[in-house]
Amino acid sequence: MLTNEIIQQKLTEKFGDVLTDWQEPYGMLTFTAPNELNLKVLQFLFDDADLKFNFLTDLQAVHYPDNKGAELAVVYHLHNWVDNIRIRFKVFADINQPDVFSATALYQSANFMERETYDFFGVNFVGHPNLIRILNVDEMDYFPMRKEFPLEDQTRIDKDDEMFGRG
Amino acid sequence: MSDHILLPEGSIEKQTTTLNLGPTHPATHGVFQNILELDGERIMKATSTVGYIHRAFEKIAERRPLYQITPLTDRLNYCSSPINNMGWHLTCEKLLNVSTPKRVDYLRVIIMELARISDHLICNSIVGVDSGAYSGFLYVMQFRELIYEIYEEVCGSRLTTNIGRIGGFERNFTNTAFEKLEKFLDEKTGYPAQLREFENLFTRNRIFMDRTIGCGPITAERAMNYGFTGPNLRAAGVDYDVRVHSPYSSYQDFDFTVPVGTTGDCYDRFLVRNQEMWQSLSILNQAYKKVQEFKGAEADVFHADVPAYYLPEKKDVYTKMEALIYHFKIVMGETEMPVGEVYNSVEGANGELGYYLISDGGRTPYRLHFRRPCFIYYQAYPELIKDGMLSDAVITMSSLNLIAGELDA
Repeated sequence: MLTNEIIQQKLTEKFGDVLTDWQEPYGMLTFTAPNELNLKVLQFLFDDADLKFNFLTDLQAVHYPDNKGAELAVVYHLHNWVDNIRIRFKVFADINQPDVFSATALYQSANFMERETYDFFGVNFVGHPNLIRILNVDEMDYFPMRKEFPLEDQTRIDKDDEMFGRG
Repeated sequence: MSDHILLPEGSIEKQTTTLNLGPTHPATHGVFQNILELDGERIMKATSTVGYIHRAFEKIAERRPLYQITPLTDRLNYCSSPINNMGWHLTCEKLLNVSTPKRVDYLRVIIMELARISDHLICNSIVGVDSGAYSGFLYVMQFRELIYEIYEEVCGSRLTTNIGRIGGFERNFTNTAFEKLEKFLDEKTGYPAQLREFENLFTRNRIFMDRTIGCGPITAERAMNYGFTGPNLRAAGVDYDVRVHSPYSSYQDFDFTVPVGTTGDCYDRFLVRNQEMWQSLSILNQAYKKVQEFKGAEADVFHADVPAYYLPEKKDVYTKMEALIYHFKIVMGETEMPVGEVYNSVEGANGELGYYLISDGGRTPYRLHFRRPCFIYYQAYPELIKDGMLSDAVITMSSLNLIAGELDA
C-alpha cells in the first residue's frame, strides 16, 4: 500500500534535498520542486513502478506578489489510479521571467491547462506547441488573474454607470 | 492561353475546403467554434476555439465569501448544477472541518443522482436528435421537468439551483418533494418505464447503431493521456469513478456498479450513460429507503449543527439573538476561515469536477480553481473527428457532453 511517507522517501532518494516544503494539508502530500526540475519530477512520478502517478488531474497557477523573485506558483495535481492516492507539487517562477517547462510531451491534457495558465497568469511554458490565449481575447495585453488587478470596488461612486443600471 | 479567366492565387491548387462550424451553429448545442479543413465531406484537420462565454468566475470568486460562490458554480455545468453546488459545499466543509449528518448525506445523494440523470438524459437524447431521431428527446423531456420540479420543491429554482448550504440544506424536503420523487421512481409510470422505452428506441436500432458505432472512438491510453474522466473515460474501458475511488457524501453506503465500455466510440458512450442512469435509479431507491428510516426528531435533521458556518433560517434571524449574530457574520464574511489549501472533487455528470481552494484566512478565497472536466477533454475533439465525416463530427460533439458554460468558466 502506497502511503505519503513512501512517496516522500522515494522522491527524496531520487532528487535529494532539492524538494522542499513537505506538507500534508488535508491529507494530500504537497511539496515544492525547483523550477527546472518540474519535468524530471513528473516523469519520475509517471515512470516509477511503485509510484505510477499516471494522471494529471489539474494544473494551474497562483500569484503571490509578496514572494519576491518567486511570485508565480504553478501547481500540479497528480493522481495514482492504482493505489488511489493524490499528490500536489508546486514550482515557483520569477514574474519577470516566468519560464516553466511544458508538460505537454508527457500529458496531452496539459495543453489547454497550460494555455489557460498562460492566459491568466502569463506563465511562459517552454516547449508548448501552441501557447496562445484561450479564454480571453487575443488582443488582451495583461494577465488578469494576477493580484495587481483587483476587482472593481462595488461601492465606488465616481463612475457614471447609468448605462449599467447602477447610476 | 491569355484569354483564360485567371482565378485568384491558390484557389485551384487548394484541394480542401475550409468550413467554419460554429460558434453559433445549431448543431453544436452551445458556443463552440471549429475551423474544419474538409476534403469532400471528410475532415482532414480541425482547430477548436473556445472562450466565447468566459465570465471570469475564478476572479470574481476572489472577492466573495464562501456562500456567495455557490451561485457561480451553478453556471458551470448548468445541466446538472446541483452536483456543482454540492461539490462546492463539500469543498468548504472539508476546509472548515464540518461533518454532516447521515440524513443530509443521503438527501444530497438523492439530489445529485437526480441531477446526474437529468444531465445524462439530455446528452443521450441529443445524440439521438443529431442522428435524426427526435422523438426520444421529447419522451424523456417530461421527466427532466419532473426532476426540475423536485429541485423547485427543495430550493425554489430550477436551472441554476443554488441548492443547499455549507453544512446541509436550506430547508427540509417537503412531503411534496418526496411524492414527486416517488412518482419519478415508479416502475410502471415513472422514469424507469420511460428509460426502457427510450432504450427500445435506440439501443438496437439499426440506423442508430450504424451512425454511432466506430464514430469518434478513443483508446483507453489516449483517453487517460487527454485527461478524460467520467462516462467518456469509462466508455473507453477505464473504471475510474470518483464516487467509488474517493467516496464523498456517504456514497460508500450504496451498492452500485460502474459500467464500462470497450471502444470509447459514440455508441459506447451512449450505452455507458444509459447504464449509469439505471445505476442512479438504483442509488435513488436505496437512498430514499435510507431517508425513510429516519423517524421522529431524526427525520427533521437537514443540516449539520455548525452555527458559525451554516446560514440560519430567516425566521430565526428575526427572533433569535445568536442566529442574528451568525447571520451577520456569515453574510459579511466575518467567519473564521482556517488557513490552508484543499482539493476536493466530485463525480460530475461529465467527469471529475474538482475545486482547488487556497485560503489565507481572509474573508474570501485567496485562489479558487475549478477543474472543469469538459474543458480538459475537449482538447481531444480534433483528434476524435479527424478522418471522419462531417456529420460524424456533430454526433461526436454531442456525445462528449460538452457544456459551454463549464468549458469557458
